[in-house]
Amino acid sequence: MTARVLLIEDEPNICEAIRFILSRDGCDVTTLCDGTGMAEAMRKGMPDLVILDLMLPGMSGMEILAQLRADPATHALPVMMLTAKGQGRDREAAERAGVNMFMTKPFSNDDIRAAVRHLTAR
Amino acid sequence: MPQSSAAPLIGSLIRERRLAMDLRQGDLAERVGISASYLNLIEHNRRRIGGDVLARIAQVLQVDPALLAQGAGGALVDDLRAAAATSGTAGRQAELDRIEDFVGRFPGWAAVTAATQQRVGQLERVVAALNDRLAHDPHLSASLHEVLSAVSSVRSTAGILAETEDIDPDWRLRFHRNLHQDSERLASGAEALVAYLDGTDRPGDIALAAPQEEVEAWLAERGWHLAEVEAPGGRARITAEVAALASVAARKLAQTVVDQAVQEASLLPDARLRALMDAQGDDPALVARAAGVSVISVMRRMALQPGSPFGLVICDASGTTLFRKPVEGFALPRFGAACPLWPLFTALGRPMMPVTALVETAGRAPRLFRAQAISETRLPLGFAGPELREAAMLLSALDVVPPKAAVTPVGSSCRICPRLDCPARREPSIMTDAG
Repeated sequence: MTARVLLIEDEPNICEAIRFILSRDGCDVTTLCDGTGMAEAMRKGMPDLVILDLMLPGMSGMEILAQLRADPATHALPVMMLTAKGQGRDREAAERAGVNMFMTKPFSNDDIRAAVRHLTAR
Repeated sequence: MPQSSAAPLIGSLIRERRLAMDLRQGDLAERVGISASYLNLIEHNRRRIGGDVLARIAQVLQVDPALLAQGAGGALVDDLRAAAATSGTAGRQAELDRIEDFVGRFPGWAAVTAATQQRVGQLERVVAALNDRLAHDPHLSASLHEVLSAVSSVRSTAGILAETEDIDPDWRLRFHRNLHQDSERLASGAEALVAYLDGTDRPGDIALAAPQEEVEAWLAERGWHLAEVEAPGGRARITAEVAALASVAARKLAQTVVDQAVQEASLLPDARLRALMDAQGDDPALVARAAGVSVISVMRRMALQPGSPFGLVICDASGTTLFRKPVEGFALPRFGAACPLWPLFTALGRPMMPVTALVETAGRAPRLFRAQAISETRLPLGFAGPELREAAMLLSALDVVPPKAAVTPVGSSCRICPRLDCPARREPSIMTDAG
């Protein structure tokens, strides 16, 4: 079964790299550069995993996470958050808000692949 | 001859001890091997004394030389106590009961330890300020984020290019282009970081000392007076000195002090102040009435005169000290809150009510001071604004207790105060057995 991944990341080159890696690993990847198109993307098809950058323009990763957890349709949806080192306080807040996993930038491609496989239980 | 500011009390202690032993001045001088007139000068604190002569006098008087030297080492001892308080490691408590012994036997090491303690305090503040800057500086965090993003992209993209053998030529081209872009971003991000950390474009706003301390050090260096403000051209020199202070905050504080001195000197010039003090017997309230200015303003003028023997502490309504001019023997805490028994705080609670008290400092060689304190209020924004309160305490050393006078015991700060049973105690003292 193909895992559907929704990636919300504002850095186009990181987006492109992750999309490439996960697609090669058999995922169906949808990318967004901020949170505004999320509801629309969800309507088209519920993903199996959301990969969320913590620092996003406009609505932050934390706000998007809170929104997902507040909605019964997505409150159990696995969420992996991309963070930079030194954001300890934000990480604690994200943990409390119910994030499933953190991936610290700069990450290795193997780590991303392994984490996605784990979270989508393939 | 003015008293030696470094050792004002050794002489009095020697005299006290000699009289207690019923020794004549001539006898003591002979046994020590100095002339009686020299000893007389020493006993009246008109000659600096130390080393050999002190040791021989102490031997004849059968006292620890360090005890005699404490008159000079009071501030040093306080710093050492603070050092012991802040660095008390488990199982290795400093020998507080032998602190005078330490100062007496190893004055050099004691000074080094005290200086280290001060330095630690300064560095702790710098670290806190730098930490604040790292945590809250938007420029730095933006630069770091930019670099981290570029590095993430480079790492991942380079990994793809290295690991994917069958990569489509179009994708390969794309990833090469991305790598190139990101390396450019990395270069400019790194440059921005280096420029930031180099700090050449930033004024030095992190000084080693707290701004208030920096201003106090500056005033101490110039003998606690700004008399030049009354001389033609004098202001220019002071302005140059203020501009040379290390931190922006200190320059601002110092400028406030200078502006106030200028204003107060114009209302009560030096010559008039001296004449009024002669006529009114050093009573700041009487001088203030005669001059038509506020009492606190007179206290400040009295304390900031060239060669003034007065110490002065000014605080705001929260009890935070705004100004400290030390006087030998009365320890003003460098960090943390002061002794709540100071008449300063009594006055703070009763605006415009004069408080006068004889206070005795804590320690093995207690000193006596006359404290005059008063609190005044201001309405800088008129009836609509807050009432701001300021209290000032003028301190002058006394040699003898006037008959029938009540003496209030006070301290410096709870942590290093030996009055263990003090009803005003806020926190335990580290002075367990050094009373």
